[in-house]
Amino acid sequence: MALEDALGGSVVLSRLDRALGWARKYSLFLYPFVTACCGMEFMAAAASHYDIDRFGAGLPRFSPRQADVLFVVGTISQKQAPILKRVWEQMCEPKWVVAFGGCTCSGGPYDNYATVQGIDTIVPVDVYIPGCPPRPETVLDGIMKLQEKIQNQKQEI
Amino acid sequence: MESITLKKLKERFFDSVIETHSFRGDDTAVVKRVDIVEICRFLKEMPELSYNFLMDLTAVDYLGKKEPRFEVVYHFYSLKNKQRVRIKVPLPEADPTIDSVSSLWSVANWLERECWDMFGIRFNGHPDLRRILLYEEFQGHPLRKDYPVDKRQPLALPESHT
Repeated sequence: MALEDALGGSVVLSRLDRALGWARKYSLFLYPFVTACCGMEFMAAAASHYDIDRFGAGLPRFSPRQADVLFVVGTISQKQAPILKRVWEQMCEPKWVVAFGGCTCSGGPYDNYATVQGIDTIVPVDVYIPGCPPRPETVLDGIMKLQEKIQNQKQEI
Repeated sequence: MESITLKKLKERFFDSVIETHSFRGDDTAVVKRVDIVEICRFLKEMPELSYNFLMDLTAVDYLGKKEPRFEVVYHFYSLKNKQRVRIKVPLPEADPTIDSVSSLWSVANWLERECWDMFGIRFNGHPDLRRILLYEEFQGHPLRKDYPVDKRQPLALPESHT
């Protein structure tokens, strides 16, 4: 008899899922892909004053191979697009993507020949943080939204 | 009073100089494209002129404002005489080509590539006329006035490894 049946359906699996989600949402390793002015705002939001470590996201990694959240911070030009795609491909599963600022969400004020109109044309985005640049409060709200998403998703093991 | 530069230029290239003006000391000569390399060599190598510094090379699109449509603009500076001169060359829309001056100034190599990239002006005899700021898949030349402002370009993405 399978363990799931003995304990009544999917009880064990769902609990494990929740436990894993809880562990994962408080262990975010950011990879900041910083290209423009939003980078300064990201640095401010990630510094001690706003205490991003409360969300377990206090330690940015500067290699995509060591990170699980890709923070795309700043305008992405058409020439940057293949680089961003490659960085995303180098990250291990499970991984998430956050679009930080108006430019990454939609191209922002730059509707021209050089700018990618939203990074979701290149990589799948989990959370959009709008603003030009976003206030630190908005950034923290975005991280909390991401945590919510991680907690409630199916956990791949 | 006409400057020495414009006077010499008109003496030497009587047939090629279309017009000159000198507004508040800014010497400008509009010339035909046939002699552009010789004119540049003359400006660079004549001891009294010695315009040894190519400061800028760009183009202007006068779509619907002027005929011929394009104009290539050269800015020269003489480090010896502390003098500047501007050379303009009108180019027709049907055949926007001009001889390269990259044999005289190495910097012209990249400036002419930028000019090709943004305006689609071909430079004959250029050693490596590729796009410099944009990518190979880009369609059109974005600083032309008839380039649609909201045109979308194909993304140049790498081959996926997955």
